[in-house]
Amino acid sequence: MPVSGERYDVIVIGAGHAGCEAALASARMGCKTLLLTLSLDTIAYMPCNPSVGGPAKGHVVREVDALGGEMGKTIDKTHIQMRMLNTGKGPAVYALRAQADKVLYQQEMKKALEMEPHLTLHQNMVERLIVEDGVCKGVVTRTGASYYGTAVVLTTGTYLRGKIIIGDLSYESGPNNQQPAIQLAHHLLELGFQTVRFKTGTPPRVNKHTVDTDKMELQPGDAEPRAFSYETTEYITDQLPCWLTYTNEKTHEFIRDNLHRAPMYSGKIEGQGPRYCPSIEDKIVRFADKNRHQIFLEPEGRDTLEMYVQGLSTSLPEDIQQPLLRTIPGLEQAEMMRTGYAIEYDAIVPTQLWPSLETKMIEGLFTAGQINGTSGYEEAAAQGIMAGMNAGRKVQGKEAIILDRSQAYIGVLIDDLVTKGTNEPYRLLTSRAEYRLLLRHDNADLRLTEIGREVGLISDTRYDRFLAKREAVEKEIDRLRVTRVKPSSDVLTLLAELGSSPIDNAVELAQLIKRPEIRYEHILQMAAAEVPVTADVAEQVEIQLKYEGYIKKSLQQVEKMRRMENKRIPEGMDYTLVSGLSTEAKEKLSKVRPLSLGQASRISGVNPADISILLVYIEQGVKRRAGV
Amino acid sequence: METDTIAAIATTVGEASIAVIRVSGPESIVMVDRLYQGKHSLQEVETHTVRYGHIIDPLSNHSIDEVLVTVMRAPRTFTREDVVEISCHGGMIPVQKVLEALLAEGMRLAEPGEFTKRAFMNGRIDLSQAEGVMDLIRSKTDRAAQVASQQADGRLSRLIQRLRQDILESLAHLAVNVDYPEYDAEQLTAERMLAKSREVEQAIQELLTTARQGKILREGIATVIIGRPNVGKSSLLNALAHENRAIVTDIPGTTRDVIEEFVNVRGIPLRLVDTAGIRETEDIVEKMGVERSHQALAKADLVLLLLNHSEELEEEDRKLIELARQHATIVVVNKTDLPPRLDMKKVRSFIDDLPLITTSVTEEQGLSELEQAIADRFLGGAIQSVDATYVTNTRHIHQLKEAQHHVRDAIEGIEQEMPLDMIEIDLKNAWVALGEIIGDAVAEDLIDQIFSQFCLGK
Repeated sequence: MPVSGERYDVIVIGAGHAGCEAALASARMGCKTLLLTLSLDTIAYMPCNPSVGGPAKGHVVREVDALGGEMGKTIDKTHIQMRMLNTGKGPAVYALRAQADKVLYQQEMKKALEMEPHLTLHQNMVERLIVEDGVCKGVVTRTGASYYGTAVVLTTGTYLRGKIIIGDLSYESGPNNQQPAIQLAHHLLELGFQTVRFKTGTPPRVNKHTVDTDKMELQPGDAEPRAFSYETTEYITDQLPCWLTYTNEKTHEFIRDNLHRAPMYSGKIEGQGPRYCPSIEDKIVRFADKNRHQIFLEPEGRDTLEMYVQGLSTSLPEDIQQPLLRTIPGLEQAEMMRTGYAIEYDAIVPTQLWPSLETKMIEGLFTAGQINGTSGYEEAAAQGIMAGMNAGRKVQGKEAIILDRSQAYIGVLIDDLVTKGTNEPYRLLTSRAEYRLLLRHDNADLRLTEIGREVGLISDTRYDRFLAKREAVEKEIDRLRVTRVKPSSDVLTLLAELGSSPIDNAVELAQLIKRPEIRYEHILQMAAAEVPVTADVAEQVEIQLKYEGYIKKSLQQVEKMRRMENKRIPEGMDYTLVSGLSTEAKEKLSKVRPLSLGQASRISGVNPADISILLVYIEQGVKRRAGV
Repeated sequence: METDTIAAIATTVGEASIAVIRVSGPESIVMVDRLYQGKHSLQEVETHTVRYGHIIDPLSNHSIDEVLVTVMRAPRTFTREDVVEISCHGGMIPVQKVLEALLAEGMRLAEPGEFTKRAFMNGRIDLSQAEGVMDLIRSKTDRAAQVASQQADGRLSRLIQRLRQDILESLAHLAVNVDYPEYDAEQLTAERMLAKSREVEQAIQELLTTARQGKILREGIATVIIGRPNVGKSSLLNALAHENRAIVTDIPGTTRDVIEEFVNVRGIPLRLVDTAGIRETEDIVEKMGVERSHQALAKADLVLLLLNHSEELEEEDRKLIELARQHATIVVVNKTDLPPRLDMKKVRSFIDDLPLITTSVTEEQGLSELEQAIADRFLGGAIQSVDATYVTNTRHIHQLKEAQHHVRDAIEGIEQEMPLDMIEIDLKNAWVALGEIIGDAVAEDLIDQIFSQFCLGK
């Protein structure tokens, strides 16, 4: 047990998906790290859906992995099923999603934390921060112990003044009846943080023995082995299926009849819920013309009969939930094991953060995860690794790592949060990214491994493997560029078989692979590689060549963006002195304090005219200083 | 940013019955009031009212000029600052003196385009409107003014916004399909996206078709009159000018010793180039030589080639025809009042399908036909309905072309069966390009580029 008064480099509060990544990152950087959690039994707990990944979220898991994080590796070892989504679309939006064995996932993550040399795990509730002269120096726990640290990372999830709501019933609670963090919530308000009240919810769970899966559609995992982590070499082949069913008119009528008992409509809930993840009662009201909604039944693990009823998130009273379930085909006899509920919690307004995730108000204090207004395990993990990294960098006296919008979904996520803030729990979507063709899940390693390496989170072995892969990709692309195939009868036959138009003259392979119907394997048939490349190299070669034109266009867009991004706004800029700016712009700019003109242009309420004025003002300042 | 008060002469410098000085900035009313003598102090008068009075020279205490002063308080003004407009008597001297007195009070002479820049910077107008104002000021004919004022009303902005909305809807639809693959949202089909993209492309094409006309309306048609000596060039020029109230712009200086005259032919501004040459020598070909005629012709939008009906076709005429055939030329056979010696058959065989008009300028015959031929040439015959939205600005045309290029890429991509989420890149580019027209997306160098085009005092 850590002794009261002990000094650490980094203290992480909370061991959810953000806290685990933060603590591991900092410890792996060599920082003496303390991880404090309310309960060692809820490390990396998934209080909502038993799944990791999906569009944008799956990309983020890959990015976290490329930076040296843990989520990908853990889910690779503990999933019950994996699927690649969006395979009918372009490679930029392919998305990997895994169904997790919740218990195994927790165990695996806890093991990783326990094994980490510079990391101390301790169960305790933090009630206060030690703040002196605007600098965070440590924490005080409920048991009265004080721990000192150069940097503190706060990852409180939905625990801050958490409140569970089920119909008319409401009580103070963390997720799944965990104890809530009340003192700390009040303390943050005392410190002067601006907070908002958000709400999220979870559906009931049912016993699989009472579910008639014959009435549902089978949703198996992919036959092809899949993995999130670039380190994974062993694949789980024994997969469990999910099932799909639908609500019907009976369900909808039942909900409409009982709507007056829904806290959303009785005024019981004050928190703002996410639009993209509505409760079933919300869906019935808002999409009244839809006559059915999808419901997925997902196992919560291998050694449990509990099933998660995805699509049926609700805060209707308990006595309504059971009959509601039974209106759905296959669930007529369903036995509800856990009641669905809504949970309200405090989040801090994320525009109070620098892009490093350090708070502007208190130096040395970082926040990550749902406390910053996001939702989702993946979003939390992404902020966790960045906050942990930057806390570690702070200790090391190094500059913070800030990913930009063209480098990673993580960059998009954090930039959105600290620049625009959010008025609902923020979920990452691929459409939030301007350059998603560059931010593919298949090239996360190429985008981010170097950064992970620089920070110190990528081992030599892994880095060497990465370098070898990168070189192999480049070499093979070069080969395809210089190798030409002649219109021999073999080639013409193959082209004809593929429904591709014949060639008249010798053509570069790099040109041929651009044809939609021609895949890398066909190229090999025309001209085999001297040294066969691995599947992941082949994938890169094919995507990079096939979509070369579009990739170039994206890069041009990035160029444009960078020009504004590179226009730095002087530190301590006084926006009230800039006449011509709208009052709203002055207010917003003073609050967000953007680092660059690019960031400023993304603040809502700051319009292009304001940006032009700012541009002129800054340019003039530059000229004034240069004595022009 | 400047918080100072600026002043400049807002009307064209030259002989006119009145001249207006515009003043803008926080101290405009106070400063003008210090020089103003009238029934009421300008600081007390209601906003947007006109007052009669005098501007007094503070040194001599004498009246400089009898004036009408319009006081307009912020924010309902062109610049969103306090604005005062002083209408003086025309002619250079009184205006200059009033301006000097204002500057002596502590105002600063406005830089070129500074009023519009302030209007833009203060959020009074968006970019396309700002440029519309510039065009308004530059416009030389009634119709050009109308088109520009439509643009200033935000007509073009609204059109562009509608196009952007169309694109945005496609993008949103696509996003739902990508982000929620497990849900049964209606898939955005390639056909639907193709149809939508084609619609947008078509709309941009229509805007661009008007663009050429727009440019003509704004800048005038550079017109060169050529022909042998004594063929009647000067008379034609005078006839066109008389009928169409010519505006003579003298642009002195060492670099451009050229006189241009604007004449309005059926709503189309003709900018008659190098008229000095014609007036002075009446012998442009001899003086300039074919070489220099070539240069003059190179910049011409319209060439009026005059032939003499009463003389036979000469070698020189043939050379000129040869030259003119490479340009938009109307052949004018003048002096039909004199006995015919010109072999019209031969002429027609030389000029191919160039339009030919016969006139007698001295008898005022055939001028109306000539004007009609000019109108036909540039407005495609029918007089365009004035409520068509013209795109009159070079930057707009450029942006529209860029947007069109991106939409065409999108269409091509869909036809080649590229994944739809790739097509998104092109559509987003088009969306951005259109946004730059209305200033919704500010390209970094855009502002500078535009404001450097401004003219003094506007």
